Amino acid sequence: MSAEPDEVIRTEQLTKVYPGDIRAVDALDLAVRAGEIFGLLGPNGAGKTTTAGMLTTRVIPTSGRALVDGVDVVAHPVRAKQVIGVVPQTNTLDRSLSVWENLYFHGRFFGMAARVARREADLRLEQFRLADRAKVPVLALSGGMAQRLMVARAIMHRPAILFLDEPTAGLDPQSRIALWDILGELHRDGQTILLTTHYMEEADELCDRLAIIDHGKLLALGTPDELKRATGADTFVTVSAPGDLDAMATYLAQHVDGVGRADRVDSTVRLMVRGTQGVLPAVVTAAERGGFTVTDLSITEPTLETVFIDLTGKDLRE
Amino acid sequence: MTSADLLVPARTPVAASLVAFRALLARDLTVTRKNLREVVPRTLLQPLLLMFVFTYVFPKIGQGVGGAVGDATGSFSTLLVAGVVALAIIFQGIQSVALPMVQEFGYTREIEDRVLAPLPVSLVAIEKIVAGAIISFFSALLVFPIAAIVPATPVNLEIDWPVLITLMPLACVMAGALGLTFGTRFEPRNVPILFGVVVLPITFLGAIYYSWSALEPIRWLQLAVLVNPLVYMSEGFRAALTPSPHMSLWAVYGALTGFTILFTWLGIRGFKQRVVS
Repeated sequence: MSAEPDEVIRTEQLTKVYPGDIRAVDALDLAVRAGEIFGLLGPNGAGKTTTAGMLTTRVIPTSGRALVDGVDVVAHPVRAKQVIGVVPQTNTLDRSLSVWENLYFHGRFFGMAARVARREADLRLEQFRLADRAKVPVLALSGGMAQRLMVARAIMHRPAILFLDEPTAGLDPQSRIALWDILGELHRDGQTILLTTHYMEEADELCDRLAIIDHGKLLALGTPDELKRATGADTFVTVSAPGDLDAMATYLAQHVDGVGRADRVDSTVRLMVRGTQGVLPAVVTAAERGGFTVTDLSITEPTLETVFIDLTGKDLRE
Repeated sequence: MTSADLLVPARTPVAASLVAFRALLARDLTVTRKNLREVVPRTLLQPLLLMFVFTYVFPKIGQGVGGAVGDATGSFSTLLVAGVVALAIIFQGIQSVALPMVQEFGYTREIEDRVLAPLPVSLVAIEKIVAGAIISFFSALLVFPIAAIVPATPVNLEIDWPVLITLMPLACVMAGALGLTFGTRFEPRNVPILFGVVVLPITFLGAIYYSWSALEPIRWLQLAVLVNPLVYMSEGFRAALTPSPHMSLWAVYGALTGFTILFTWLGIRGFKQRVVS
């Protein structure tokens, strides 16, 4: 199987089984194109970090193949490490060095001449608005600044692919948005980015394409819009009413135009409806005609969360 | 040619590994240099106190131990010099390699980033040994003058240069490898055990205060301490620096080489287990 010319990440039946027969990643097939922001979306424990670990040489696959920039990560880990940049989930900045030195030595590890590494460290600090912190120890940085520095470090050597594992977990909302801006800028400059996240908004906001995974398996793949459309409904209408909700669900499915599906969810009925025009009055009228008293009614545009619920029957949040 | 090519010249994996290895070493030595204000006192204090109490205070207050041994081999000071140099090297191996590594594995996970540098993981581990060896080497140089100046009784030095020049690097690399092995096998909360249960017996039973041959009357102990790498270092430096009686050089070089191989292997294995799953 040969890779497409613009493919920078490819996995073929990639599998990781941990002792105790825990299948963290199960026969995963992925292809990421040059220049896109690709998201691995899934709940905690879905296998996102293990997948990123295998692609970045830190986790050895049990079977299957993983290629980054055309390099087999298992057969040629050193070559693979030359072309990737990694922002891991935890702060792995070098505590013994200053902010500037973190960048400088990273450049040196990757083979930059001392002069080039010095210049690049200065440039990155400017770009990531950390220039005034150049000399401070990294322990003195806030969470958001530390995260920015980790991104700056990861792209110092101009990797073909930038990996970010849950990049905004634990960041305050402001720092999260600042990081999204940075990733957006890198994306505009053509940087290929693979990120893992369990935040739907993040996946929705940033990613060109998404793979939704759970229990190590790929559940769906596409652009956020494609995934939302794939649920077969434009909007969700949630109806609250006393009485026999199962009967109401069946009745509404038959008597409201455009209802694709009606499910009882806890003490409400959830309708998947195509088109929102006049849907709320139609639901109320139909319910009353069927002898049901509507006590509350709400409308929700489909989100990746609803896509996820649709695919797995469970909530994405921990 | 793109700008990326100019920033980082294209290199084969072997060339990239060599460059990364050198840079990792430069990073470790930079950190040591930045921390000299801590490194120097921690290196000097132990040998200073040892030499001071055993070879200055004891003779002055008339304690038997530490006085002139009274034979042709010279004083207790002479005996202790070799042990103190050996002790400084092995301590530095543990302090400069094992302790930071325990932290990096246990709390900070900093090591994960260095593992992503473009070189094989085993070379990242070997770099730690080399850095530890270099730091141990300079510690020994630092300690040597103390051993010569502090004692109240004369120190009878007789340097065997070929032995010294070959033994120093071997002992330093062994200490670095020992540090790597300890560093990959101890959790931060177990550091007190490392010092209390492992390092303490190594130092007390490491032929620092007596030559190995002097243990003859306690035969079982003389045999038991042969598992202690410090014994061979102390005896080796005794041969390299003083006219004191010492263990056969074959045993010294053989055992130190064996321990170096063993601890390098254990250290690399432990390191890989900690960073690759």
